[in-house]
Amino acid sequence: MTFFLVSSVIKIIVVFTVIMVGVALLTLAERRICAWMQDRLGPNRVGPQGLLQPAADGLKNLLKEETLPAQADKVLFLLAPAMSFVPALLTFAVIPFATPLPTPWGDVEMVVANLPVGFLYILAFGSLGVYGIVLAGWASNNKYSLLGGLRASAQMISYEIAMGMSTVAVLLLAGNVTLSEVVARQAQSIWFVFPLSLAYFLFIVAAFAETNRLPFDLPEAEGELIAGYHTEYSAMKFSMFYIAEYSNMVTASALMTTLFFGGWDIPFTHWDNTPPWSPLKTVLTLGMFSLKVIGFLFVYIWVRWTLPRFRYDQLMALGWKVMLPLALAYVTVIATAIWILHEQLGWTYGTRFALALFALNVLLAIPLFFVLDRGRIVAGSVAEERA
Amino acid sequence: MAIGIKVMKRPGGQASYLRATLKGMALTFSHLWRPKVTMQYPEEKSSKDWTLSPRWRGTHRMLTDEQGRAKCVACGLCPQICPANCIKLVPGEDEHGNRYPLIYEIDEFRCVFCGYCQEVCPEEAIHVGVHYENAEYSRDRFVYDLERLCAQTHPVSTLWDPSDPKGE
Repeated sequence: MTFFLVSSVIKIIVVFTVIMVGVALLTLAERRICAWMQDRLGPNRVGPQGLLQPAADGLKNLLKEETLPAQADKVLFLLAPAMSFVPALLTFAVIPFATPLPTPWGDVEMVVANLPVGFLYILAFGSLGVYGIVLAGWASNNKYSLLGGLRASAQMISYEIAMGMSTVAVLLLAGNVTLSEVVARQAQSIWFVFPLSLAYFLFIVAAFAETNRLPFDLPEAEGELIAGYHTEYSAMKFSMFYIAEYSNMVTASALMTTLFFGGWDIPFTHWDNTPPWSPLKTVLTLGMFSLKVIGFLFVYIWVRWTLPRFRYDQLMALGWKVMLPLALAYVTVIATAIWILHEQLGWTYGTRFALALFALNVLLAIPLFFVLDRGRIVAGSVAEERA
Repeated sequence: MAIGIKVMKRPGGQASYLRATLKGMALTFSHLWRPKVTMQYPEEKSSKDWTLSPRWRGTHRMLTDEQGRAKCVACGLCPQICPANCIKLVPGEDEHGNRYPLIYEIDEFRCVFCGYCQEVCPEEAIHVGVHYENAEYSRDRFVYDLERLCAQTHPVSTLWDPSDPKGE
């Protein structure tokens, strides 16, 4: 019991610190990568290559004046940043990030809380994040903030469904909602991104919408809503929203890694995912996990600085008319395929099983990318044919 | 539509979103490695793409003769032509009858940097300079007196030559 408590506290502190530092560096990475994509250099003045820029920003935000609008609902206004910040960090608790670490007192599982309902926990806390944003928009008593908050709630609810649907396929294949089991299943043979490529595609789109990142950053929409829900926030409270956004990105990337890219699994080898555990294995798998997460974070930044923002009606149409039916249909098809392969042919999950499903995905991808994509997935401002 | 709103005809049937997205991402990715255009200012003040024009009209400079005296003969043309009325000139005369400025001050805050003073000067004494780093800690420091005008070392503007409009 003592061992469990001590190891848990240490894990919590370490994970929290790493995420905080990671988020700080991520803000710098975002600014520098965006600058490079625009043929600029980006902030490189504070410290070597600008590495101390986040520290300078943090210091500035701590020292800045806290503003409190006279008409704001004070309690909710103060509560909102914390309410978007806390769920963003909590979600990371169930993500396994390395193989167990052996210590003289027993093996330490490299996950803060190895919940049996891991995935459901993530869905639950992922949707809690929207409350912070909606309350911030409401409590500010500002029409732009309110519009931002409203958009956030509509958007998050719409895409939550598609996100949940797309992951059902993963759970079907893994046969378990515990994330460590999902990782273990992938480590044994092929990562789920191959048998479930389209689910991964739907998931990444929904994850972008869930984290309010471009092209889905309508709650912020600086061109239309100034800064949306956090227009009225300043100093550290503003910073909290910022940290929440980036923590959400980290969590979403970690989730993509875990569900579709084998978590901490090092590809093409099996020595890393079988006992006996050793510190070397822990370090290497942790490195692999970080590498994958960083890769997804780069994709987030990359997409942000490539795509323009959706119009609100396009966003809703994409969510309800495309993503949701696609996810539903996909779950049906995949469930049928798994049933045929598993029950009728008696295959168990392995290379053969995965490749069969991958072939099915490729078949499904052709109509998706070449037929559906023609002006239907996102209708531009196409003139209606007038009679 | 009540008023004549222009409705664009766009090729909706052929437009694709996913493939266009991928194309766009390939483009932004390729930009990651391209040469950057940023000029790192305090260290780097001109590059092959950008230099300050020789016609730039910045803060003034008074040229001096071999003895280090200002070339100005206090003729009074520059305060006369100055549209911003920023030049203060009090002429004096030495024992040989040579006129020289007793006080010559330019208020750089009032100056509109038109360069007329340089154009009108018969002695080629006062010039606008190719210079832009003028920060000071106090507003009074922006009234440049004769001593300070003579002490400036930056290059002077070539101004625009009507007979050679492209500067060739």
